[in-house]
Amino acid sequence: MKLGNRYPLYFVLPALALYVVFFILPSVSGIGFAFTDWNSYRSEVNFVGFENFQKIFSSDETYLNYFSNTFVFTISTSVLKLVLGLALALLLNEGIKRFVHLYRTMIYLPAVLPTLVVALIFKSILNPGTGLLNTFLRGIGADALAKPWLVDPRIALGSVIGVDTWKGVGYIMVILLAGLQTIPREYYEAAEVDGANAWARFWHITLPMLMPAVVVVTVLNVLYGLRVFDIVYALTNGGPGYATEVLSTGIFRAFSQGLYGLGTAITSILFVILIVTGYFVIRLLQRESVRE
Amino acid sequence: MSVELPTTLYWENFSTVIDKGRLGTSFINSVLYSSASTIMATLFAALAAYVLSRNPTRLNRFLYFFLIMGIALPINFFTLTKIMQITQLINTKMGMIILYATTQIPFSVFLIYGFIDSVPRELDEAAIIDGCGPVQLFFRIILPLLTPVLVTAGILNFLGVWNDFLLPLYFLNNSTHWPMTLAVYNFFGQYQQSWNLVSADILLTILPVIVIYLVGQRFILSGLSAGAVKG
Repeated sequence: MKLGNRYPLYFVLPALALYVVFFILPSVSGIGFAFTDWNSYRSEVNFVGFENFQKIFSSDETYLNYFSNTFVFTISTSVLKLVLGLALALLLNEGIKRFVHLYRTMIYLPAVLPTLVVALIFKSILNPGTGLLNTFLRGIGADALAKPWLVDPRIALGSVIGVDTWKGVGYIMVILLAGLQTIPREYYEAAEVDGANAWARFWHITLPMLMPAVVVVTVLNVLYGLRVFDIVYALTNGGPGYATEVLSTGIFRAFSQGLYGLGTAITSILFVILIVTGYFVIRLLQRESVRE
Repeated sequence: MSVELPTTLYWENFSTVIDKGRLGTSFINSVLYSSASTIMATLFAALAAYVLSRNPTRLNRFLYFFLIMGIALPINFFTLTKIMQITQLINTKMGMIILYATTQIPFSVFLIYGFIDSVPRELDEAAIIDGCGPVQLFFRIILPLLTPVLVTAGILNFLGVWNDFLLPLYFLNNSTHWPMTLAVYNFFGQYQQSWNLVSADILLTILPVIVIYLVGQRFILSGLSAGAVKG
């Protein structure tokens, strides 16, 4: 029997049909609509060339903020989650001997909760006047540290980054912990016999052998950061002003205002950014696994 | 504000919240969206991953990468809304289920594809010799052996849909169709001042998640680790 008959192509059809109709078709036709003035106020749609894109990239408008905020958010959370996740993973792998499973469960828990709920909780905690954080800081006499976390345009994005890191670090830690546990003990023992100190063992054994997991983690972090929505929307809704507006919340804002052509243009730019990022990331992945 | 332990416990906060916050309806909606979409997506993804993995022709390899791409790409909500309107699925529960299933497919295909090789081909051959057709072969032999990865994919996807906020925000205007995430957000907006009620609402909203997590954490944590370390 020919392989094709044993593994018929029509098995792929259901998944493919849903995927093409509800995912690919909108994405591709969306790129076309990005060159129109499609909006919710008129039923006719006119071709306007690059007008939407000119508006997005002009310094008179606020759209460039979406990009800078998104990039700052992505890079900050990726680095923070990686470093903190690695630190926690090392701690659970080498340092703490008892209750490791319990700690792992506890640290990973925030990642399982709905992002929206975490955001609402922190919205209260970070309330400048009555929130738990500032009340605590004033209580221990650190009044100067009791900042208007989500209201000051200069630190709002930082606060959002902080909350998101708190929520996401457990997920990263779990993956890195699994990676750490695949490194054979003998390598460390041999290195100790040769007189390598903790830092040398980390740099020359742990880090290189952890590279595949680090790449996976970075991919996940970057893909998440570029598309982040829930946490920003619920914490600050892009505010104050546009200080925390990221691409996804900006797209939603365009949607709510009925600016469909413009919104679709932003979406298409995000689409291209993600395809390019995805391509480089896959190349990096293949290079790292070949090096092994 | 002072931080002291409470002296009285107001249990009626919970019943107030269930009533005012429509938690009953939204809970049922969340269960419906999460289970229906996960079952649909996992089944479709398993069918696809199985064939694409067992028979790696050029077309099939292309289809695999085509499907995997979806993990990274963003949804275009504007044109998707148009499609939902054309198919009369906008603002319906069925529409949400189909959408959620669609968003789960790329990741599920990825997870299951990597696992198919652990089911030996010899089983396929043996079944064929015994006169099995392709459909029987899949449902009676392969599918049961895929259970571990199906459970992992299922739980991860279930939680992903349960916690989702973005899709209902865009596509559901009718509050009777709202899942728990939207219900709690709306409640927060209305009752911001009554932080005690909001807290009760949040607690009830995350209770199912915590239960699922504690019960299924073995699968969740092992699935994550396996995917990452192997990859």
